[in-house]
Amino acid sequence: MTLIADTLGQPLIQWSWLKAHGGVIVSLVLQHILLTGIAVGIGFAISMVLAIYSVRHRRAYAPVTWLTGIMYTIPSIALFGFLVPLTGYTILSAEIGLVSYTLLILIRNIVAGIDSVPAEVREAAIAMGYRPTRLLLQIELPIALPTIVAGLRIATVTTIGLVTITSLITYGGLGLLILQGLQSFFPTKVVVGSVLSILLAALTDAAFVVGTRALTPWARRKAATA
Amino acid sequence: MFFSNLFHWFTTAAHWHGTGGIPNRLWEHFQLCVIAVGAAAIVAVPLGLVFGHLRRGAFAAATVVNVGRALPSFAILAIAVISLNFGIGFWPIWLALFVLAMPPMFTNTVTGIHGVRPDVIESARGMGMRPRKILLEVELPLAASLIIAGVRTSAVQVIATAPLGALIAWGGLGRFIIDGLAIQDYAQVAGGAILVALFSIAAELGFGLLEQRLTPGGRRRSFAPGARRPDVELEQVIKPSTVGT
Repeated sequence: MTLIADTLGQPLIQWSWLKAHGGVIVSLVLQHILLTGIAVGIGFAISMVLAIYSVRHRRAYAPVTWLTGIMYTIPSIALFGFLVPLTGYTILSAEIGLVSYTLLILIRNIVAGIDSVPAEVREAAIAMGYRPTRLLLQIELPIALPTIVAGLRIATVTTIGLVTITSLITYGGLGLLILQGLQSFFPTKVVVGSVLSILLAALTDAAFVVGTRALTPWARRKAATA
Repeated sequence: MFFSNLFHWFTTAAHWHGTGGIPNRLWEHFQLCVIAVGAAAIVAVPLGLVFGHLRRGAFAAATVVNVGRALPSFAILAIAVISLNFGIGFWPIWLALFVLAMPPMFTNTVTGIHGVRPDVIESARGMGMRPRKILLEVELPLAASLIIAGVRTSAVQVIATAPLGALIAWGGLGRFIIDGLAIQDYAQVAGGAILVALFSIAAELGFGLLEQRLTPGGRRRSFAPGARRPDVELEQVIKPSTVGT
């Protein structure tokens, strides 16, 4: 799996290859987005449950962050390596790894968001007869929204980067292109894979910024008056 | 079955000797990480000190973190390999880790210096301290724990990413994982994975202790691996006000 250097004379990008393999590239981009989407989606669902439970039962928060913190600290390559003997070269292995890295980021931000709801707002809502579920859905979550979206932004961009590493266990979207290019000394694949994966992450990041601005006009208004 | 293989892998005497032995791979891994993080710190921390001291770093710090996050380390490694004309071994992986290590240290340094309260700096100035002295004797010590927190984040990321070097003929603990995957020796893969994980958790704990020692008395708090101080990078983005910038 290692490389031996001998690529002199090869152009950085072979346009003919690019033209002939447009379909493959598009499908790898889609696979990259799909792998990221599934991971962030499942991660968000798990995080929502754990975070809301942690807010309601404060004692659970420390163990939850401790456990997800350890999962976050385990190197991704190590985790994928460890999962292969258990779950094989499957999409399941890739997703278990990817999901486990989103949890800490998302849970922290959801809890921080709900915590940022001013006590008097909560009390006013309770005094008006809001029950816990309605309080959560109509008061706490909307106020926490910017913080939660900020967490989603970090988790999504991080996951896009991590997906490239899942190429080691056969999935991996654009990472697959990088890996194949490195293994066969074909610069075009390496360049296309790395440039597109960086672009995908950067565009997603920018989309979150624009989206947050559009969804939270009050934040901009406040910034303008301040 | 799998676990007995794993146990067997760790207890085989041959795995503890020579170039391909665990001690040598660990040593290679350690060297690479120290050189990468050290070089990145030499660049990132002074830059962060200057930006922070001039009070111009908030935007730069947020930008650096966001750009850093959008650069997948595998892509950086690939670009390093290509730009060194399919260079293999130490330099491409070093370059990738160097780039990876800089953002957290820069951002934490800037944020740490920014976080020093203006009245503290006022009183230092009132006592006749020059800007240089304020930076080195007031701001730097007060920011020290946060700077170390940045070094910790960088170090853990670098340790975790260094195994990718095995793909391009560098040694280190990644060899066990990459070679194991290639020959379907999963005990070796898991053994390497455990070693990398232990190494990175050890770095996390070690820097955590250092960080705690450097935290000025009143702000000291107990340290547990999971319940760590929220990363500055998270805090940075958590504030809705910085999301739009």
